[in-house]
Amino acid sequence: MTAVCYGLAGWLLLIGCGGIVRSRHLVHTVVSLSVAQSGTYVLLLAIGYQKGAGAPIVGQRQQVPVVDPTVQALTLTDIVVSATITALLLALTVQISRRHGTVDPDELRALRG
Amino acid sequence: MNAALLLVSVVLVAVAGLVVVSTGDPRRQAVPYSVFSLCLTVLFVVFQAPDVALSELAVGSAVVPLLVLLTVRRVRRR
Amino acid sequence: MRARDGLALAGGLGVAGLLVAAFLRMPAVGGTVHVYRDLVLPAAQHANTPNLVSSVNFDLRALDTLGEETIVAAAVVGVLTLLPPRRKALPPERGYVLPTVRFTGYLLLPVAVVLGLDVVLHGHLTPGGGFQGGVVLATGWHLLYLAGSHSALQRLRPLTWLEHTEAAATGLYVVTGLAGLLAAGSFLANFLPRGSFGSLVSAGTVPLLSVFVGMEVAAGVVVLLSRFLAHGLGHAR
Repeated sequence: MTAVCYGLAGWLLLIGCGGIVRSRHLVHTVVSLSVAQSGTYVLLLAIGYQKGAGAPIVGQRQQVPVVDPTVQALTLTDIVVSATITALLLALTVQISRRHGTVDPDELRALRG
Repeated sequence: MNAALLLVSVVLVAVAGLVVVSTGDPRRQAVPYSVFSLCLTVLFVVFQAPDVALSELAVGSAVVPLLVLLTVRRVRRR
Repeated sequence: MRARDGLALAGGLGVAGLLVAAFLRMPAVGGTVHVYRDLVLPAAQHANTPNLVSSVNFDLRALDTLGEETIVAAAVVGVLTLLPPRRKALPPERGYVLPTVRFTGYLLLPVAVVLGLDVVLHGHLTPGGGFQGGVVLATGWHLLYLAGSHSALQRLRPLTWLEHTEAAATGLYVVTGLAGLLAAGSFLANFLPRGSFGSLVSAGTVPLLSVFVGMEVAAGVVVLLSRFLAHGLGHAR
């Protein structure tokens, strides 16, 4: 189980980066970045997981163990924040297309000299 | 939690992620991204994280695909 | 492209090797040692908060949530700057909405809005909270666009009020923190009465902060989407 969970986190990160490298359209790059970010969510939740434990909603006298809520708190705010950052990146893409007329990363040469 | 359930959810997420990344045309990426988000939600529920699953479902199923489709429409030039 | 792909593959394999080396040194998944969980559980039970994640977000680590909601506000400001408001009117709408979609959308719109409000308000009792509930509210609002038309959405979406709400909610979070400073001696302290375990008004400032974050995220996402809709729809292919 350890190998499967950590392996998924590494897999998502690597294919996300691979998508960014091979991308021909800036919007595709942004979506691949989002996939890479999902790898970190999986890693965080896998760290906090305990076999046989329940969700972190407790009663006053809790007998059943629960999984770690700290990493879940980190992950859930991360998800909403990265959605707004994705929106910011897409707005940047729109501006780039207006200024340079293209959204192909290979054709963007404005940073040169 | 069943080991088989975890294995199935992990495989679904891995395959859905690969599909999203290998779809070259961003117009066709919105729906696979929505499916990827759904598979990720199932994985989060299997990890006993309902808050995170709710967050991922709300964000990934509607907001991000809508943004992607609107951006693609805006940047398309003849 | 060939050289770049080869380089990326080599780099990816190297990173994969490093990740495997790192994962071998980490504890196994499913272990029983979770230090933070053992610290959070009694603290949240003392504050009468059944939802431990909301307790971490709005009580024990409320300062981090202030930073995160500031990021949301900043990203919305960034988008509003990068995508200027449209001066021209939008072209007339073409397209056809199936009657089934229209009916289902209008039926689900009040359900989604009530669900969003419920997720925000009961954030300290059941899975939920400000962030999730805010996004559900914003998405439910846009059912009006999916089932109806963009002009229907424009009529029922007071953008100026939403921008003010977003700013006000961010400010009110800080005001609550300052009130905690005055009342209990530390910023964002949980100074309101704890109430009885499991009732709606309990857990001190947790539901209050959850409502402020919910307002901010919902208003921010609706404003964000409004600017994208104006730009996306205005440039007909």
